[in-house]
Amino acid sequence: MNFLNDPITFISAWMRSLLTGWGLLDGLTTVIIYFIGITVLIIFAMVLDILLVWVERKVVARFQDRLGPNRIGPYGLFQPFADIIKLIIKEDITPAGADKLLYNLGPVLAIASVIILWAILPLSAKIYGVDLNVAILYLVAAGALGTLSILVGGWASNNKYALLGAFRMVANMVSYEIPMVVVLLIPTILADTMSVQGITQAQNGMWFAILSPLALIIFLISAIAELGRSPFDLNEAESEIVAGFHIEYTGMKFGLFYAGELLHAFTFGGFMAVLFFGGYGGFFGLEKIGFFSWLNNPFVQAVVFLAKAMFGYWVIMWIKYSMPRIRIDHMLAFNWKFLTPLALVVLVNTAVLSKVLAGLPNWGYVLGMFLSNLVIGFITIEILRAYGRKQRKAETKPTPQNGQNQEQVA
Amino acid sequence: MSIPLNWYLILAAALFCIGMFGVLSRKNAIAILLGMELMLNAVNINLVAFWRYLDPAKMAGQVFAIIVFAVAAAEVAVGLALIISVYRRRKTVVADEIDLMKW
Amino acid sequence: MTADQIIFLLCAVLILGSSIMVVTTRKLIHAALWLVAALFGVAILFAILQAGFLAVVQVVVYIGAIAILFIFAVMLTRKEMLDKGTQTRSNWWLPALLGLLILAGLVFLILGQPIFGRTAAAMPEGVDTLRNLGFALVSPDAFVLPFEVASVLLLAALVGAVYVAAGNNK
Repeated sequence: MNFLNDPITFISAWMRSLLTGWGLLDGLTTVIIYFIGITVLIIFAMVLDILLVWVERKVVARFQDRLGPNRIGPYGLFQPFADIIKLIIKEDITPAGADKLLYNLGPVLAIASVIILWAILPLSAKIYGVDLNVAILYLVAAGALGTLSILVGGWASNNKYALLGAFRMVANMVSYEIPMVVVLLIPTILADTMSVQGITQAQNGMWFAILSPLALIIFLISAIAELGRSPFDLNEAESEIVAGFHIEYTGMKFGLFYAGELLHAFTFGGFMAVLFFGGYGGFFGLEKIGFFSWLNNPFVQAVVFLAKAMFGYWVIMWIKYSMPRIRIDHMLAFNWKFLTPLALVVLVNTAVLSKVLAGLPNWGYVLGMFLSNLVIGFITIEILRAYGRKQRKAETKPTPQNGQNQEQVA
Repeated sequence: MSIPLNWYLILAAALFCIGMFGVLSRKNAIAILLGMELMLNAVNINLVAFWRYLDPAKMAGQVFAIIVFAVAAAEVAVGLALIISVYRRRKTVVADEIDLMKW
Repeated sequence: MTADQIIFLLCAVLILGSSIMVVTTRKLIHAALWLVAALFGVAILFAILQAGFLAVVQVVVYIGAIAILFIFAVMLTRKEMLDKGTQTRSNWWLPALLGLLILAGLVFLILGQPIFGRTAAAMPEGVDTLRNLGFALVSPDAFVLPFEVASVLLLAALVGAVYVAAGNNK
């Protein structure tokens, strides 16, 4: 075991020998090593967050056919630092009549609910926080904590618009948790385990994105709704509800909300990579060939994982900057009348077919699952077209007044 | 694992009694429901502690706890719907003032 | 005093402290948030008891759904944003006395049984609690019938709550 092949075990063994050499008890040493590990993980996540601010501004600029920040530092790389300094030196206002403890608790809960997700994100086979055997449900639980932070922030601002925005956002997030939980069961069924390490290793044969592309699409839509980003961001739209639940937050507290949202988007990109695109591995058996054995190195795997997560984040940004906003009642109707039944149908289909096709060779299994998803997608589109046709006919059908007018004119 | 079982049972008993105090002594109907949630959680702690300490291979304790989750969720949903509906009619949620049936 | 016991005592202080704040605080929204803290403490306790699935389901169901329902209900039934007046009834000493008596009785009963003083045996080897729980919930000679009855109960509660809270505006 050396540093390059197994970094975390190496470093923790070295620190343990160092600390017990200084005379500390064994239990205390363990606690100290855990604390240092947690701190390093949080620092890594927050530094990545700073990079994500730069990525977001450059990407939105390119989507809008302009350059983006390019004055501060090469290619504008130091722009996030300028943003952070601006936010820190702003005046910290607490609105009159606001509940002081809850007002300060809101942003803290918002960023905490994102950082606790980094405990289960598998950066590589040997670099991860903890390998929970219920990691998929832990993802849903962290989303529940995020919902709570929005309610607390909206209530504590003592502002009607903040409360209204918070209500809408919570209704949105709680509704879209249902298709997300249903779709999260699909990698669980295909991999026979709920742990993220198990799901990543089960994708050595074939990525789950190919076995079940509908699950990927539904997870993407639910994730964007959970994040509260466009096109589901009526809750914090500047032109409609004056920035929603974080209207009264200035300075670094708003910075925590904003940075938390970006980090949450990147973390969901990471989960998309883990659940559907093979995580840190998934090279279809390429790493077993002797020449490519460096693909098994933990650091290479971490870079591969971060690249896939960045691709997921880019897809989320692409959707944000290309689509118009959806109204709140359309949002909820889309969830309850379309997305949840579709997710349930896909779940039942995956569960049944994964047992029926289990006997076939690998290519038969993959082809069968992929084709079944295509068939369900095709039927769904046909149903939507028929529904749209019926609605269009109902709108252009002549009402009795219309008919009478035409008769009089003729 | 060096925690004796009766620590868990005493904790659950204390939580149950605090919940009961909440139910019996609060005026607001929603605060009464909060006390009921504490009592249900005390029952859950008891069930899971007995599952772990007696026979972890059999799943009856955890299944019972899951059924209690489902029942608590159903009860809170219906209870809060009733309270909101009563508030619309009577404009109050103080439990003492909701004392007349429809006449 | 091993590390396990220290963690359990901290968790117990969190749970009991938060629940006392739930039943005594004046502002109702604070009571709902103290309930969230108490439920989180119970989730930690489930994790200590090695029921990991129940710990996560506790956070998802109780904190993510029930506590949010409470906060919504508190926000929707207020005439103004402040709490006025006392929140406990005038004879609150009677339930307190009753609670203390029942607690004393229960503690006496618990400490009287020496079999409750045991510490936990280690988990049997190769027991995968998650898989066993899944089998127990859907296996016909285990608990599939209570599971299905619970789902019908939830359906009835869903329909009932929507009907009652929708009001009379058709």
